[in-house]
Amino acid sequence: MTREEILAELKKVIAPYTTNKEMLAGIDERTDLIKDLKINSANLVDIIIDAEAKYDIEIDYDSADKMVNVGNCIDVISEKLTEKK
Amino acid sequence: MSNRVVVTGLGVVSPNGVGISAFLDAIQKGVSGIKFIPHYRDLNFSCQVAGMPAFEWESLKNYISEVTFHGLKGTNIGYGLAAAMDAWKDSGMAYDTDEPRWETGCVFGNSIADTEAMKNVISKVDNKEARKLGSRVVEQAMNSGVTSYISGRLGLGNKVITNSAACATGTQAILMGYEYIKHGYAKRMLVGSAEHVDTYVFGAFDSMRVLSRKFNDEPERASRPLSITAGGFVPGSGAGALVLEDLDFALARNAHIYAEVLGGSSNSGGQRQGGTMTAANSTGVKRCVNEAMERAGITGNDIDLVSGHLTATNADRQEIVNWTEALGRAGDDFPLTNSLKSMIGHSLSAAGSIETVASILQIVHGFVHPNINLEDPNPEIADLINLERLPVKMIKKEVNIVAKANFGFGDVNSCLILSKYK
Repeated sequence: MTREEILAELKKVIAPYTTNKEMLAGIDERTDLIKDLKINSANLVDIIIDAEAKYDIEIDYDSADKMVNVGNCIDVISEKLTEKK
Repeated sequence: MSNRVVVTGLGVVSPNGVGISAFLDAIQKGVSGIKFIPHYRDLNFSCQVAGMPAFEWESLKNYISEVTFHGLKGTNIGYGLAAAMDAWKDSGMAYDTDEPRWETGCVFGNSIADTEAMKNVISKVDNKEARKLGSRVVEQAMNSGVTSYISGRLGLGNKVITNSAACATGTQAILMGYEYIKHGYAKRMLVGSAEHVDTYVFGAFDSMRVLSRKFNDEPERASRPLSITAGGFVPGSGAGALVLEDLDFALARNAHIYAEVLGGSSNSGGQRQGGTMTAANSTGVKRCVNEAMERAGITGNDIDLVSGHLTATNADRQEIVNWTEALGRAGDDFPLTNSLKSMIGHSLSAAGSIETVASILQIVHGFVHPNINLEDPNPEIADLINLERLPVKMIKKEVNIVAKANFGFGDVNSCLILSKYK
């Protein structure tokens, strides 16, 4: 999957956790999940769990800690997808 | 200590009506909310009927954000939220606030978390998948889930507490809110209670053989308080909520005032003198009613209506005995008495708050709702009081003072004295 493809899918994963739908539509790799999308920090866990199910990957605790902005999320997801192959 | 406490908002999720206008219409007409539940037949339950509100789960999006709604599974929390938000709106206030509302607290009761929702949690943990549970389980498993969702939505900044006293929970919550305002600690309290009798709790009551089992094919007739054919209660679910305010505080914002809480009492019979885990000590019950009247500054003769606990078990007769002795009134002199449970069943923790909402509506609109299914009153009750005091059709009349009591497992009692606001 390309980074653009992962981004498009990631938007769907994040959608239930942000009320800021306009911001979500225009996210890029620098968008911060908590600061920009106003996601409750406790809900980051849910996004990680949903991403694991969506891509059939396992995101360990250390990798999860890196998922602060959209670019970091894509890094971790593409890394885990590569490991899977 | 002279502060008066008034009711300025009402909300309800009842098996026979969701929202105050539907509920008012149903209790005036004597509409039953009891339905046959095919799933309970499939589970071989003896009792296969229940009072389930016709609640649209999606309607919660009217009260909370889609993010909060996503992942909300606790049915009791949903009912409580809806009733509380409706009561808040009814009292003329907006939901949103930037600053916490330091003057307003919340006492909202419930029994246990939604076990059906928790089933998914148990199976994930047993499958060694605890890490997949996510962030939303704990807040819904904790007993204070209901108050947390309500107070968070409204920014309530005073005392926020979840109470639990079995079937006395609802009246006790209202009493605790009243006392807190009366003592000057808060100006406004959002009070009430919620209950979802899930399949597992229902099954446990079924096994106790305390539920109605002979009217599964006639669900609307299954809840029969005071009747000779009363063979157990019908579990119900729902929530009731009230906004209580210091009178001066309410007047200062020109709030609409429904009624006044004159006083109340909550005690226990100590599981002594005939009282047990499941049966009430009659001395405790009478003390509770007498203390409530004394604190309200009234006597038994002032009471126009008793909103009884009256669940449709063999405890109904003893409850009537207790009322006659506590009020010092019997025979023709016994006050008009009704049981909302004849229409909606027994919604355990939520019973007291839904019945208090019904009591206030009877004060405001000047009527006494019927006891439905009382075509065959228990003759042993007829020995105590004139049966005309147990109306089977709605009576239009002025109702000034209502005594609302509930009694619960653990031998706990709660009684409220409610009055027309004058």
